[in-house]
Amino acid sequence: MESEIAQITQHTGGVIGNAWLMIAFPLVGAFILLVFNKLTDRWGHLLGVAMSLASFVVAVLAFFELIGFGASERRRAVELYEFIPNLDLKMGLLIDPLSISFALLITGVGSLIHIYSIGYMAHDEHRRRFFAYLNLFVSAMLLLVLADNYVGLFIGWEGVGLASYLLIGFWQFKPSAAVAAKKAFVVNRVGDFGLLVGMFVIWTTFGTLAFKDLYGKIGEAGASDGVMLAIGLLLLLGACGKSAQLPLQSWLLDAMEGPTPVSALIHAATMVTAGVYLVVRSGAFFFPEGSGAALAVTIVGAATLLAGAIIGCAKDDIKKGLAGSTMSQIGYMMLGAGLGPAGYAFAIGHLITHGFFKADLFLGAGSVMHGMNDEVNMRKYGGLRKFMPITFVTFFIGYLAIIGFPLLSGYFTKDGIIETAVHHAPVLGWLAVLGAGITGFYMSRMVFMTFFGQKRWADDAHPHESPAVMTVPLMVLSLGALGLGAWLVLGGTLYDFLIPSVGGSAAEAPKFNPFTTPGLVTLALVAVGAVFAWMRYGRAEVPAVQPRGSFLTTFARRDLYGDAINESLFMRPGQWLTRLAVFFDNRGIDGLVNGLAAGIGGSSGRLRRIQTGFARTYALSIFIGAALLTGALLLVGTI
Amino acid sequence: MSPWLPILMAVPVVGAIVVALLPKGSDKLAKQVTLLVSLVVLVLTGVMAAGFDPDGDRFQFTAAYNWIPSFGVKFGVGVDGVALVLIALSAVLVPIVVLASWHDADGVKTADGTLITPKRSVKTYFSLLLVLETMMIGVFAATDIFLFYVFFEAMLIPMYFMIGSYGGAQRSYAAVKFLLYSLFGGLLMLVAVIGLYVVAGKSTFMFPELVGAIQDPTTQKWLFGGFFIAFAIKAPLWPVHTWLPDAAAQAPAGAAVLLVGVLDKVGTFGMLRFCLELFPDAAKAFTMPIVVLAVISIIYGAIVAIGQTDMKRLIAYTSISHFGFIVLGVFAMSSTASAGAALYMVNHGFATGALFLAAGFLIARRGSPFISDYGGVQRVAPVLAGFFLVAGLAGLSLPGLSSFVSEFMVMIGTYESQAHGSGALTVAAVISAIAVILAAVYILWMVQRTINGPTAEPVKAFKDLNVREIVVLAPLVALIIGFGFFPKPLLDVINPSVHQTLTNVQVPVSTIAEKGTGQ
Repeated sequence: MESEIAQITQHTGGVIGNAWLMIAFPLVGAFILLVFNKLTDRWGHLLGVAMSLASFVVAVLAFFELIGFGASERRRAVELYEFIPNLDLKMGLLIDPLSISFALLITGVGSLIHIYSIGYMAHDEHRRRFFAYLNLFVSAMLLLVLADNYVGLFIGWEGVGLASYLLIGFWQFKPSAAVAAKKAFVVNRVGDFGLLVGMFVIWTTFGTLAFKDLYGKIGEAGASDGVMLAIGLLLLLGACGKSAQLPLQSWLLDAMEGPTPVSALIHAATMVTAGVYLVVRSGAFFFPEGSGAALAVTIVGAATLLAGAIIGCAKDDIKKGLAGSTMSQIGYMMLGAGLGPAGYAFAIGHLITHGFFKADLFLGAGSVMHGMNDEVNMRKYGGLRKFMPITFVTFFIGYLAIIGFPLLSGYFTKDGIIETAVHHAPVLGWLAVLGAGITGFYMSRMVFMTFFGQKRWADDAHPHESPAVMTVPLMVLSLGALGLGAWLVLGGTLYDFLIPSVGGSAAEAPKFNPFTTPGLVTLALVAVGAVFAWMRYGRAEVPAVQPRGSFLTTFARRDLYGDAINESLFMRPGQWLTRLAVFFDNRGIDGLVNGLAAGIGGSSGRLRRIQTGFARTYALSIFIGAALLTGALLLVGTI
Repeated sequence: MSPWLPILMAVPVVGAIVVALLPKGSDKLAKQVTLLVSLVVLVLTGVMAAGFDPDGDRFQFTAAYNWIPSFGVKFGVGVDGVALVLIALSAVLVPIVVLASWHDADGVKTADGTLITPKRSVKTYFSLLLVLETMMIGVFAATDIFLFYVFFEAMLIPMYFMIGSYGGAQRSYAAVKFLLYSLFGGLLMLVAVIGLYVVAGKSTFMFPELVGAIQDPTTQKWLFGGFFIAFAIKAPLWPVHTWLPDAAAQAPAGAAVLLVGVLDKVGTFGMLRFCLELFPDAAKAFTMPIVVLAVISIIYGAIVAIGQTDMKRLIAYTSISHFGFIVLGVFAMSSTASAGAALYMVNHGFATGALFLAAGFLIARRGSPFISDYGGVQRVAPVLAGFFLVAGLAGLSLPGLSSFVSEFMVMIGTYESQAHGSGALTVAAVISAIAVILAAVYILWMVQRTINGPTAEPVKAFKDLNVREIVVLAPLVALIIGFGFFPKPLLDVINPSVHQTLTNVQVPVSTIAEKGTGQ
């Protein structure tokens, strides 16, 4: 099957030959906004939007240039410059169906988020800086997906980490935001450790870090299964960090400290999709169908999709509820990404549709907050559909898409993953079916608590619809949430398009069939979940104060005790280790040395004298000695 | 005979004399002359470096004058690629430090007018800086080992006074400690230098002639030990590192930059050139224990850094971790790792220099090195906060910044090295990669407590960076970003020189073609 992966052709000229512009535009934007500082305050946001849109235009043009080639020639490598000669590493870009799909999503949804932010951040005195960071984010993410080698990918990877750090901590004067930003970066670095060591092994085994050369060398190097598995697991660790998969999920739920458009950007267009990209990009090398590494990917995906869904059920904070859903939906993509070429197409498909409906949902939540004095607690919402009709309709479309309501985007892509999973790994597949049911519950709960029922907000809240600069992006995104899935999946459009990048063959293209057992059971469970949510949060009155929940509810509210585990397993022992090391360094090593010096000097009293008073005399004597010595040497030299 | 290096060494020392002889009360003129002289040295270095041919002879711009003919001591100078980039590093840092230290001897006041350090002699400080520059150039340029030793020791003197007379509250203690440690190491090296001269029996101290002169493995080990301990103290390597946090914390920020950025590099430079090439068998025999010490330095330095309460001490401990990486790269015996180590020496100079200076600007505003005295600087001084963050990110080797390239090369080169059979160095590389996580903790936690969070009351009076301070930091940040994406110009100069070293150690310089057949 892998033989269907197309050869990579060197490419010069045209739009593809200048694809680096995609990365450069937002990078230059970020540079100008940061360096020229306050001078750009008045028009900085417009520059940010323009740079993101310019990238989008390049991506669209490159896409059309790419489909002008025959399927087997749609992998174009563009060489840029020699990077690290010792590793025979040239910096270059790989424009192929996989990377261009990502580029379109990143720049397209990213630009909409930029536009929305003009309105959302209108009253923030640091809006210009916000746009600088947004630009940086888009640029880094594009480098990540377009680079033709692992080191370039890694630079983008960490650039994304930096941008998320800056954006999560955008309101860094709040201690909670500063802590959340640092946490995101540090947890991601645990994943980066995996990716880094993975690169060591790849380089040592195959002698290259470029995708293009790996295809040839994977077979001929004859690496043992153990080595291949190790590489796969190390890369998976990296993917878990960026994509917030178990066990590195904890940063995502805290990342809500940033302004809401940041959440949309992190969750929909960039960042969390990076792990999925890494797995799919490396799929042909290190995650072949049926390998242990691929199995690990599916297990992580299945576990996370359930964990995220359970967390989503218990959150009263609308953004945290959506964060749980992101974990869960990325889990679906991971599950798909471990299932070989058939799974890849659905994983990427779900990634794209999710990009639209999750951005739609997050920006919708932002629009709600905008009209509600930044209130995030859904227990203080209720009945908002009358006050913000556009937000309601667009949010509702996003909601229907994410629960997999028939014929909407999420329906096609999620169902594809479930079908493929049930076929290849039945146990995990049925867990994914269960997860879909839970999704039906918690997303319905969110919609009912926010837009239906009685008003529960305080008297000083005056809910109102957001301005057009915010609602128009919502409308565009909801259109994607409506129809994109059908377009990508029916007729195997995306599957066929991705074949040159990820393998598979047109003959084996999965046919979409809604009337299978898992498909029907999924729909039934989603309906049950939605009805259950209606009974508890739609029909019944929602208490304005969070009731004490059962053990299970508490478990979910506390994010499955993820933070507690991290704290007791790593943070506290780490603090003790640090204190111990500092003590040892001051008293142990230094004490020993000082004691030794004192011993040589005769008494500790004498040392103290040297330390406090006589240092200069002491040094002067050495200086005079040295000067005499030098003088003597010079004198001897002239003789 | 090329006059380049003697001229480079003469210009600063002449400048130092001029500055010292200026009449009383011409402090400003003293500063201006110092800046001018250091800029002249920078330009001259740039012109000289442009004439360096990476594919030419190993040592270029050579010159040798008889000094003590009866012992064959020569004033012998010349540079290979590694020495050249380190001289260039010094030449770049000195004018930056001059500008950064502009008011350091004037008596530092905080925003509310409290005097932190009293007024001291401006002329002395700046002439010491120029003397130090001559010695830094000399120590890297020396091809005569005796001359190298003289510079190695003489460097201590200006630095001792810069710490001891211009430093913080504990300056005397720190300066004496720095001096005692260094003198102890220097003494061992002197014995080894004399031993080398006697055993080799070639009546010369010229390095190129002494390569391969000592064949007996036992002799090699003894002499290696003398050199290595001196360099390990200088670098510094765990467990002889405790002088550095004291010295760096007490030194004025500018002096700390030169101490950690350049002077300490003499240690790792010496390991690469002298320990490896003069005593190849001993170097191989001692590789494992040294690698263990290096890995301990990497992890230990990072952990202790996390626990520091004083910014400058924290930065010093991060440097101990980084020096661990450099030593690891030097002794990993693979061309990628060794070239990475040489590159690291340069990149660390820029990164740590920027971090020390940015921290120095913070401290100059608040009068306290303690992290807990800050908070919320971002709100009142965003430009300062931004530079501090970028310098910090360089300190944690963020990809896209120059320190990443060198750290990556050291780790990947160590991982692939088969110098000690398979396994040992592989494990060392994986353990050292943990520092990637620890680095994020020590830098970002410091950032969180100093520039993030609610603005602390005394911080509210902070002024943002002035033009002079921006001019100090901007070139460093530009270099950090530039070499992060385009390290090739540096590597092209470093690589032939490192290959020559490894050839002399009889380590096969692996070629790319050999790869992809292993496992």
